[in-house]
Amino acid sequence: MDTSATTSAKNKRTRIILLAAAVMMFGFAYYVLVPMYNVLCSAFGLNGKPNLTQVAAADDVDMTRTVKVQFIATNNSQVPWKFYPKVRQVSLHPGENKRVAYFGENFSATAMTVQAIPSITPARAAKYLKKTECFCFRQQTLASHKHMDMPILFHLDPALPKDIKTITLSYTLFDTTSITHPLKRPQGRLSG
Amino acid sequence: MGATNKKGLAAWFERWVFSTNHKDIGSLYLIFAGVMFFTAGIMALLIRYELFEPGHRLLDPNTFNSMTTMHGLIMVFGFMMPFFTGLANWQIPMMIGAPDMAFPRMNNWSFWILPFAGILLVSTLFMQGGAPNFGWTMYAPLSTTYGPKSTDFLIFAIHILGISSIMGSINIIATILNMRAPGMKLMNMPIFVWTWLVTAYLMLAVMPVLAGAVTMLLTDRHFGTSFFNAAGGGDPVMFQHIFWFFGHPEVYILILPAFGVVSEVVPAFSRKRLFGYDFMVYAIVAIAVIGFVVWAHHMFTTGISLAAELFFMYTTSIIAVPTGIKVFNWMATMWRGSISFETPMLFTLAFIFQFTMGGFTGLMCSVAPADYQYHDTYFVVAHFHYVLVPGATFAIFSSLYYWVPKWTGHMYCEKIGQLHFWLSVIGVNLCFFPMHFVGLAGMPRRIPDYSLQFTTFNQAASIGAMIFGFSQLLLIYNMWYAVAGKGKKVSSQVWEGARGLEWTLSSPPPHHSFDKPPILKFD
Repeated sequence: MDTSATTSAKNKRTRIILLAAAVMMFGFAYYVLVPMYNVLCSAFGLNGKPNLTQVAAADDVDMTRTVKVQFIATNNSQVPWKFYPKVRQVSLHPGENKRVAYFGENFSATAMTVQAIPSITPARAAKYLKKTECFCFRQQTLASHKHMDMPILFHLDPALPKDIKTITLSYTLFDTTSITHPLKRPQGRLSG
Repeated sequence: MGATNKKGLAAWFERWVFSTNHKDIGSLYLIFAGVMFFTAGIMALLIRYELFEPGHRLLDPNTFNSMTTMHGLIMVFGFMMPFFTGLANWQIPMMIGAPDMAFPRMNNWSFWILPFAGILLVSTLFMQGGAPNFGWTMYAPLSTTYGPKSTDFLIFAIHILGISSIMGSINIIATILNMRAPGMKLMNMPIFVWTWLVTAYLMLAVMPVLAGAVTMLLTDRHFGTSFFNAAGGGDPVMFQHIFWFFGHPEVYILILPAFGVVSEVVPAFSRKRLFGYDFMVYAIVAIAVIGFVVWAHHMFTTGISLAAELFFMYTTSIIAVPTGIKVFNWMATMWRGSISFETPMLFTLAFIFQFTMGGFTGLMCSVAPADYQYHDTYFVVAHFHYVLVPGATFAIFSSLYYWVPKWTGHMYCEKIGQLHFWLSVIGVNLCFFPMHFVGLAGMPRRIPDYSLQFTTFNQAASIGAMIFGFSQLLLIYNMWYAVAGKGKKVSSQVWEGARGLEWTLSSPPPHHSFDKPPILKFD
């Protein structure tokens, strides 16, 4: 009897530990993995995810080389907007500040809120493209059939690897009119 | 339970629904797995019927996609995992000299929530808008923005299945750690028990991750979150990362118990000890541990960075080393053994050969630049079916033929068993081998139609699938043959070369396996 009593006490302890482990793994997946993924992606510029934090304008220009930056626009699942870069390509020196703009016009019959999501190719270049100002930092709202220019002020970090000669910056426009709880985005930091 | 004073249906109900006996619950698991095997098997045959000729035949494209999705989900979560849990229920207490499982009531729960999950899952087939149609991997946004309404039923079915597996694995770990016969150290345990100890830890670690992933799908679908929606700051590729963080250990959950079965059957029919027991144990643990850092090899073409591709390519290739140790040790066990070829051994031999083929194609897929060619083609379908059908499922057949005489006290019909083996081995290879070629030539997965030049090989595959599928009726017949007591009575030893505590019990074994701990001798 004595041994079976100790066995059942041991079993109970094992059960508590293992249950706790299962609950922890669920918590890990639901609460930790997602922020961890976002932090890792923007820290290492994985997936072409750019660093979305706003930075100060550059002052140190590398005049020895010129890099081409190309602009692309995509409308996700038929967002009824006219959306295109006003300039398709610019050449600039790393460190040089450049202002370009995208054009947006709401072709739908109602007011719409959209969010542009950037992606950079090659992915390695993502962390060297620094934005001082970007329409992608916040959601954009336009009334029906209104249009506007949406500016980007950016520069390239002079530490950009020498073999990267062309960078493509792509924006995809998503309809966010119905999204009620967006994940945390850095737009709050623009208020300062 | 005091069932003796009740009769008829009430007694039957108490015996099975309230049962806390590891053998009863084991049988229930096996029956459930069997029903699911045939349900998903019929879907596989429908898929192969549709693909017998190019063009539209029977299923419309959406139904075809539902069939591939449900076939995968049911085979993985309804057939394989419950089957191996049932096998663990039957075998582990007998193999380690315990009277029963550690938590008999929890054991009852972990089985009896399964049929509800199964019903939820299968019921989606009859829903408006059709069953889930985005593949068993449930990639967002196919399962969020574009998923049919029935996706929610799938999500809750997965929650229930997850709870069931977690309870099952807690039970198994507690039984193995705390209830071994006095004197049996961890390194004296039968290898099948070892594989299950590691598998149970894997399930405990990754089933909650899957539950988390599908919960995120649910909140994205209904509660306005944007985990996988780029518009709200999420990322659809992140779903793939989370899914495969679960998904890759999951494939080892499916194959490790199969390794355990094979490691029991090979020594029994070679009449030798298992070669390199210690290395077999270390190999199991190594496979499980490395299995956590290989997940993105399913995602080489998603645009992950070069460094990540190299990392996941190397770690994936490394898994071939412990797996190779196992294959070579099985061969070394047979070396100069006195081998006989009863049905369990036939299935096990076929397992070793065919699983190794699946392993080699896996190694091919692990090479990132080559994988760009193989990705989402029938080559991948051939690869994972080779490890799961001629691999794990053959080990399942082997385990049934090996232990059913012990469980029932009666032999199955050896002639029918051999016929079942030969039809299965011919059918399964005729079905899956041509898929390598059509895959390499560029036939994509999950498409109900194909180019004309693939017709001959697809017809061969379909004929093979029909042979394999219908020959499983022989398995049903043979199991009924043993369970109904048609076969000749067997001794407690059953197989001349079998070793282990379960063979010291009578056939069929008593209701409670070891009321008194057995006296052990290790040589």
